Amino acid sequence: MDTSLLEASLYTVKAIAILDNDGERIISKFYDDTFPTVKEQKEFEKNLFNKTHKANAEIIMLEGLTCVYRSNVDLFFYVIGSSQENELILVSVLNCLYEVISQILRKNIEKRTLFDHLDSAYLAIDEIVDGGIILEADPAAILQRVALKGEDVPLSEQNFKDVVASKLEVGQRTMKVIQSAKDQLPWNFLKN
Amino acid sequence: MNLRRDKKDEEDGGSSNPFQGLEKSMVIQEARSFNDTPIVPRKCCHILTKVMYVLNQGEQFGTLEATETFFAMTKLFQSNDSMLRRMVYLLIKEMADIADDVIIVTSSLTKDMTGKEDLYRAAAIRALCKITDSTMLQAIERFMKQAIVDKVPSVSSAALASSLHLMKQNPDVVRRWVNEVQEAASSDNIMVQYHALGLLHHVRKNDSIAVSKMVSKYTKGGLKSPYATCLLIRISAKLLEKEEYRDSSPLIDFIESCLRHKSEMVIYEAAHAIVNMKDTTARELAPAVSVLQLFLSSPKPTLRFAATKTLNKVAMTHPAAVTACNLDLENLITDVNRSIATLAITTLLKTGSESSIDRLMKQIGTFMSDISDEFKVVVVDAVSSLCSKFPRKYSVMMNFLASMLRDDGGYEYKKAIVNSLVGIIEENPEAKEAGLSHLCEFIEDCEHTSLATRILHLLGQEGPRTPKPAKYIRFIYNRVILENAAIRAAAVSSLAKFGAHCEPLLPSIMVLLERSLLDSDDEVRDRATFYLNILKQNQKALNSAYILNGLAVSVVGLERALHHYTIEPSEQPFDIKTVPLDTQPFAEHKVTSDVSPAARPAEKAAPPTQEIYAEQLAAVPEFAHIGPLFKSSKPVELTESETEYIVRCIKHTFPKHVVFQFDCTNTLNDQQLEEVYVQMESAEGLEVETVVPAPILKYNQPGTTYTLVQLPDDNTEVASVFSNTLKYSVKDCDPNTGEPDEEGYEDEYVRVMKPNFMASWEEIGEDNELEETFALSTKTLEEAIQNIVNFLGMQPCERSDKVPEGKSSHSLFLAGVFRGGVDVLVKARLALQDTVKMQITVRSTDPEISELITSAVG
Repeated sequence: MDTSLLEASLYTVKAIAILDNDGERIISKFYDDTFPTVKEQKEFEKNLFNKTHKANAEIIMLEGLTCVYRSNVDLFFYVIGSSQENELILVSVLNCLYEVISQILRKNIEKRTLFDHLDSAYLAIDEIVDGGIILEADPAAILQRVALKGEDVPLSEQNFKDVVASKLEVGQRTMKVIQSAKDQLPWNFLKN
Repeated sequence: MNLRRDKKDEEDGGSSNPFQGLEKSMVIQEARSFNDTPIVPRKCCHILTKVMYVLNQGEQFGTLEATETFFAMTKLFQSNDSMLRRMVYLLIKEMADIADDVIIVTSSLTKDMTGKEDLYRAAAIRALCKITDSTMLQAIERFMKQAIVDKVPSVSSAALASSLHLMKQNPDVVRRWVNEVQEAASSDNIMVQYHALGLLHHVRKNDSIAVSKMVSKYTKGGLKSPYATCLLIRISAKLLEKEEYRDSSPLIDFIESCLRHKSEMVIYEAAHAIVNMKDTTARELAPAVSVLQLFLSSPKPTLRFAATKTLNKVAMTHPAAVTACNLDLENLITDVNRSIATLAITTLLKTGSESSIDRLMKQIGTFMSDISDEFKVVVVDAVSSLCSKFPRKYSVMMNFLASMLRDDGGYEYKKAIVNSLVGIIEENPEAKEAGLSHLCEFIEDCEHTSLATRILHLLGQEGPRTPKPAKYIRFIYNRVILENAAIRAAAVSSLAKFGAHCEPLLPSIMVLLERSLLDSDDEVRDRATFYLNILKQNQKALNSAYILNGLAVSVVGLERALHHYTIEPSEQPFDIKTVPLDTQPFAEHKVTSDVSPAARPAEKAAPPTQEIYAEQLAAVPEFAHIGPLFKSSKPVELTESETEYIVRCIKHTFPKHVVFQFDCTNTLNDQQLEEVYVQMESAEGLEVETVVPAPILKYNQPGTTYTLVQLPDDNTEVASVFSNTLKYSVKDCDPNTGEPDEEGYEDEYVRVMKPNFMASWEEIGEDNELEETFALSTKTLEEAIQNIVNFLGMQPCERSDKVPEGKSSHSLFLAGVFRGGVDVLVKARLALQDTVKMQITVRSTDPEISELITSAVG
């Protein structure tokens, strides 16, 4: 642990990751070249997961980095920063991430639901941190910016629309059949 | 639509991850459907998500593939679905670096960025700044300026953050926006404020006056964002580092006032800043430590972690300041978070008293297996520093370290433990036996070859000198039976040392070594045969020369000498004496002959000095025949310290001879002594065999002269009194510069031109390299170079005697051949401050000549 002060900079977050319960990456964003290749990134994630999945302890130092984390059922949320970074800032980012994802998934924080809303999750992370700079850490503001139009419409309603559309389609098809049947009728008569 | 749902159902049925097994080629294929009309937003959105996912999993897109997908994606701008559009922005950013011609979306993005839809604008700005290059930046500059001061916070933040990213490539353009940024800094939105402050600081980073102005403006108040306040604290702390009079600074007051901020984040940042300031006083620390103490009992693990970590840092420099928190820290030993517990313990170890050690060690022992190797190393370091603090407690700590050594752990961790144990053994003679037996146990089951060989070497060195050397033999011999070649070889050497040192063990050692004669590895066999034959001779001198003390030659030098010998075979056998000795760097050499030994603790210098003396003496050719150095005495002052010459005497005892080393220092600045030697006359009639005079003794530069006296065969007659006379010839020299008023050495050199100086430089190597620094009285570099060249009479190479205009430093390369055909190269680095400073490095194939040249220059 060196004693030098951190350069005052907006670049605070080194990485954000969401892993599943096998330590596999679902979403992760690395914002600087601490781990230049995906292979190294994934190795680090595995290592991180192995150290954190048992004890729910919120913070760990790993490979000279400070990692804060939270988990729920089968999802693990991580925010990673330099070892000299203010840990409380990292936690504020983590809490925002967790809160936003929780809202997007309607409190149903599970891998399965996350995969259904992966696009929104990507957008949310993009709104929280931009290239290492904390863009916004207020969950309400993020949710407003992600503005879940379309996706925001509850799934049942969306399905309803689809159902209506397909019903209509079916209806039209029936009409067509009847129409063609009608057209064919005179011919049949003629043949007879 | 139907099709998509069907597919999704299938996937859901298969596994919980619908994206599992997604292949790049498949996704690229699907992305072609972006070209279909009409665009189906949901379907396209899903495909985009897939592309994102595949990219994020680390699949490499080729430039062609990426470009194709990218172009297909641009079609999606036709749709007005907001979700889809946002995903497109996201992917544009992802693909900006891998696809070609990404700037074709510039106009679409510019349209969105200036459009009415706030939702698009912020994201469009960020995407645009990601793809833009310096030429395009000019075109969007106007929009960026507008965006920075936009009233919508997300737009303004996006513009500010993107500007900071742009600073990396186009700092000049961004600098032009500083007025807008300043306006944004007074925004009501806390994030905009934070980003604007960060950008402002970055722009002005190199202008410390502007930074301090900025800081003093914002420290007066007006920052609402805790992030911005943290940033300001950090900037202030950086400024304080440079300030000389810290106490009166308003910045200190600002940071201290932040300790009472309502946000924990800010309080911690302020405390952290105070702790990390250079030479903080106890008074400054007190308020910071007390807020950290409050954090220690916080329910939030991160807060506890941060506080403990910072207190740990305080404990390194001001252990007394932390003692107030000891009670809280002790509660943290049982913290569920092992990192916190470890930090708490190491902090306590630093502040704790001797009496609390036993208890602490017991507590650490219970959870060592749960923490990461990095923390284990921290604990090991803390324990070993504790050991030197309380040497009486060594047994507790040694047992603790030994038990850690038994547990699983990586190489770094084990190495740290072994280092600590070795350190304790060296520092504390009482701990030696216990430590060695722990290490013996460790090598019984050690997977790290380098650690095992290191321990075997240590055993060979220390083991024979313990009261019961026999007990180590079993451990060492086990290695010979069980381990790999490198360890076996080390074990054989170690065994031989026991044999050489301990007479009673010799027969058994011989038996054991005989068994290695048929080893499968060459090195092991060779070593065994070699040692066995020497041990058979049973001569102390041989043992000492070949087993207990290794060769003192430099390995590189030996290699080169042998190589040379094989190229030019001669009748004569290879002479090891021609190989340059493994000498210490010159700087160290100088320290030992320094006039003021009082400046450093004598006992600390003791172990290395003997080695250095041995090397110094071995470097004197006249003493080549007298065998290895047995013992060197401590320096004795022969003169009063106020006299014209200061002479110290060091007595080196050899098997048959005594060498008196006289370190002489000339305290007269207008005289130079030459051919200095000490004439010794003994009452008992001991013969003076050789005298090695010091060639030149300049003002305030110690010189050394040696006198070799042969000891009589009768060992009883060693007490003797010598009367000494210092003989020398005096030369006057210019008292101002210290440069002697005499001619150069021109008659001794032949000027040679070395067309490629550096190659010759490397060729001669560093073995006879000497380095000195001088201050010259000349005022210009040209003059200095002229003087040096004339004085040394050597040839400047590679046009290095010409100094480029307006430079304040220069390197001069000189080459020459000394009489006797010895190549001499000189590299002089000159720097012009008020006067010219010169650092001169001399290389030659003969160490004496290097020394001569170096001293000639002074």
